[in-house]
Amino acid sequence: MGELSHEHGAATASLRVIKPGMQTTVQDEGRWGWQASGVPVAGPMDLVSHRTANALAGNPRDAATLEVTLLGPEIEFEDDRFVAVAGADFEITVDGKAAPMHCGFAVSSGARLRFGRRRLGARAYIAVAGGIAVEPLLGSRSTHLVSGMGGLEGRSLRSGDRLPLGAQTPRLQPSPSAAQPIVPLPDRHALVRVLAGPQTEHFAPDALDVLQSAPFVVGQDSNRMGFRLDGPRLTHARGADIISDATALGSLQVPASGQPILLMADRQTTGGYPKLATVISADIPLAGQLVPSDRVSFVVCTPRAAMVALIAQEQMLMAIEAGRS
Amino acid sequence: MTPYRIVAAGDSVIVVEFEERIDPIVNDRTIACAGALQRAAISGVRDVVPTYRSVAIYFDPLRTNGAALMARAEVVARAVSSRSSDSPEAIRSPAAPSPTVRIPVCYGDELGPDLADLAAFAHMDETEVVRTHVASTYRVFMVGFVPGFAYLGVVDERIAMPRRASPRLRVPAGSVAVGGVQTGVYPMETPGGWQVIGRTPVKPFDPGRADPFLMKAGDAVEFYPIERGEFDTWAN
Repeated sequence: MGELSHEHGAATASLRVIKPGMQTTVQDEGRWGWQASGVPVAGPMDLVSHRTANALAGNPRDAATLEVTLLGPEIEFEDDRFVAVAGADFEITVDGKAAPMHCGFAVSSGARLRFGRRRLGARAYIAVAGGIAVEPLLGSRSTHLVSGMGGLEGRSLRSGDRLPLGAQTPRLQPSPSAAQPIVPLPDRHALVRVLAGPQTEHFAPDALDVLQSAPFVVGQDSNRMGFRLDGPRLTHARGADIISDATALGSLQVPASGQPILLMADRQTTGGYPKLATVISADIPLAGQLVPSDRVSFVVCTPRAAMVALIAQEQMLMAIEAGRS
Repeated sequence: MTPYRIVAAGDSVIVVEFEERIDPIVNDRTIACAGALQRAAISGVRDVVPTYRSVAIYFDPLRTNGAALMARAEVVARAVSSRSSDSPEAIRSPAAPSPTVRIPVCYGDELGPDLADLAAFAHMDETEVVRTHVASTYRVFMVGFVPGFAYLGVVDERIAMPRRASPRLRVPAGSVAVGGVQTGVYPMETPGGWQVIGRTPVKPFDPGRADPFLMKAGDAVEFYPIERGEFDTWAN
């Protein structure tokens, strides 16, 4: 860990993308408040790791990070910065030397952060002190790939891109030890809790039992919009079409095939398929770490259990956020 | 009193559902309910989203108690449902109704590649199809699919051609299309299955504009025909 230098008014500083990785996008907490105009929320697939990385880098929780997918990038810093990486477990190096996950560290001007082998999970978050300072669109810096909105030109990063960084606050200290990941990464299988509804009555009476009867396999064509799941066939009672309505994050919508689609961060704001169940907020980050061909088992829980899990997660996040200075 | 129900969609969304049909009266009730909830500016509410016959309330369960929010939604839903012509003004939108949105369209030829098919479907000539499409005043039932895409209805039955058997991979931005009894304008290039009959130089979504969105739920919309020359002048 080098000495942290304090750059003031360094909003013009940037980082440079040497290699983009498979799909690296700018994300903050999402573009809320515009769904009535059809604007998807986007935001991180694993909000807990996004917030963890920000806290360890000394950023507020809503600073924009880089979401890394499966194959990580190589980036070069143009000034001295404080950095943290959280989420999927990657081998990371700074100028060829191993750097820690889930721990803030300083990088010097000209340093290169490089992602190597991925051990577990799908998505990691790179937080850089000051945050990624691309121009916000409708109040958010999150990238929505399908509509080409937000982030850097509405797309994932490419070699040669430069990303502006915000000014970093001067009071940062490197965190003394690595924080434990709050959400354990799935090892080829995840147990995910759901609440029944909102359209349970559109399905056969045993549909929730069938949903919990065996694991589903995450499809190869899964992406930030949603995961196609292959498993026990879910039967409709009233046909597979509903009058289009809003789509909550974590909805399990079921088209005529009877194979559910788990709706994730980049989902459309509205959809015309009935939704059997909804993943609880506390387990969305776990789902966001699933890799195609991983298995996911669903279990119905109570609203109370969902809240208990969310509060426990929030307390751990707040502890990391409180310990950042 | 008309029926409604309030259901949870997970731990951070509450949905108020009105009668299960596509109907301007039900849609009015839905939009009034969403408006009242939006104006209430309830702490912890992130988004209020009206669709054809339901309102989704997105909230942060760590900042807002879901049961209390459900109770508030119940009060609004009941007021909206029981309202008649002499109902409390508070439920109605306080703002004057929006003026009709008028959208210029260059119909047919390469900008409207499905106009000929639609004419064949309707047993009309192309001019009659255009005349029929511009004759109706449409309602924005909801906005969804992509940013700024307004679902407009109800299309005259004679030209209500079902969507294409296989969707196009790319429908250009500005395309005006018919899908059954619905019509709409594609705000950006996307895949799409509706019958494309023309194109407008107007942008339904322009992030650089003071009001980025041309249409919102409940608005009245009319189309009018323009010549290719006018389209080109406008578009440049």
